[in-house]
Amino acid sequence: MNQVANFTKGFIKENPVFVLLLGLCPTLGVTSTAINGLGMGLATTFVLVMSNLVVSLIKNVIPDKVRIPSFIVIIASFVTIVELTMQAYTPALFEALGLFIPLIVVNCIVLGRAEAFASKQTVFSSVIDGLGMGLGFAFALTILGAVRELLGSGNIFGLELMKGDLMLVFILAPGAFIVLGYLIALMNKFAKS
Amino acid sequence: MEYFVIVIGSIFVSNIVLAQFLGICPFVGVSGKLSTSIGMGGAVLFVMTLATIVTWVLQYYLLTPFGLGFMQTIVFILIIAALVQMVEIILKKVSPPLYQALGVFLPLITTNCAVLGVAILTIQKEFSLMEGVVFAISNAIGFTLALVLFAGIREHLDLMEVPKGMRGVPIALLVAGILALAFMGFTGIV
Repeated sequence: MNQVANFTKGFIKENPVFVLLLGLCPTLGVTSTAINGLGMGLATTFVLVMSNLVVSLIKNVIPDKVRIPSFIVIIASFVTIVELTMQAYTPALFEALGLFIPLIVVNCIVLGRAEAFASKQTVFSSVIDGLGMGLGFAFALTILGAVRELLGSGNIFGLELMKGDLMLVFILAPGAFIVLGYLIALMNKFAKS
Repeated sequence: MEYFVIVIGSIFVSNIVLAQFLGICPFVGVSGKLSTSIGMGGAVLFVMTLATIVTWVLQYYLLTPFGLGFMQTIVFILIIAALVQMVEIILKKVSPPLYQALGVFLPLITTNCAVLGVAILTIQKEFSLMEGVVFAISNAIGFTLALVLFAGIREHLDLMEVPKGMRGVPIALLVAGILALAFMGFTGIV
């Protein structure tokens, strides 16, 4: 398989959020600012790459019947590593993402890639796939976070771009649904045609 | 009085789907029809309550006394996965009609983040077992309420003329946004 295409498919063509519609809970839950979106995206990327790597390494050892529970244990271990690391080194981000860090374990993208890709492909392409999908997820979350932060507080990554009365609603819960709805509509309009 | 605050708080004020963004996948995926969303709601109510009880007992009688707090994520997700399997097997044997109604939704629940989310929240908020049960039941009711409301609107949406790019998920998300706005009206009640 062409590794370049394997890597880039996660950004537009098979973007986990905009096209596959997987992992919507963290997508909506943490993207009140661009930096939170990026942090969540990178944490998920790490879990994706590592779980894809391990799953593809031991795919021939795992009996078929217990493969899903085994994948879940592998994923949960890496989520715990991310959780403890973030708690120690990036406490502010850890606070902001809160409940959604342990919930990476039930993020459909991670289990989905383990089952659909890593359990069938070679180690190298699984790692590339995990990296591409993870960065595509991070890309989507950062865009969503940036739009919401700009409309809601006039900032992007904390840089002040707009002043005056802004639409606070975009930082709150309804804004997450509305901005994601419009972004997916834009993707439908331009990327799929 | 405290139970009352938990019930109203979790059903309306911080609705699990519309304010806390848990369980969005079934919310968008399953809620096309009214009947299926009620079935999904029932299955979630069942599993969420059971999972909260079992994880609460494990947390306070196994993980905390032995200093294994860091194992929380792994233990909880395994318990939920095993519990879903068990509920499925028992229901099949004991109550075939109930299994018929809920069966197709059960496997989906393992990856429903609302169940794991509520189990972890119960521990984080330091609820007692009884408060945890009430919390789980009211969150499941809140989940069902959001799903049923959303399904009702989406059934009407099928008949509307929607611009091409907005069809399907985008318009559904906009509707969810407006629903979330409506639920924000409950802010400050408790």
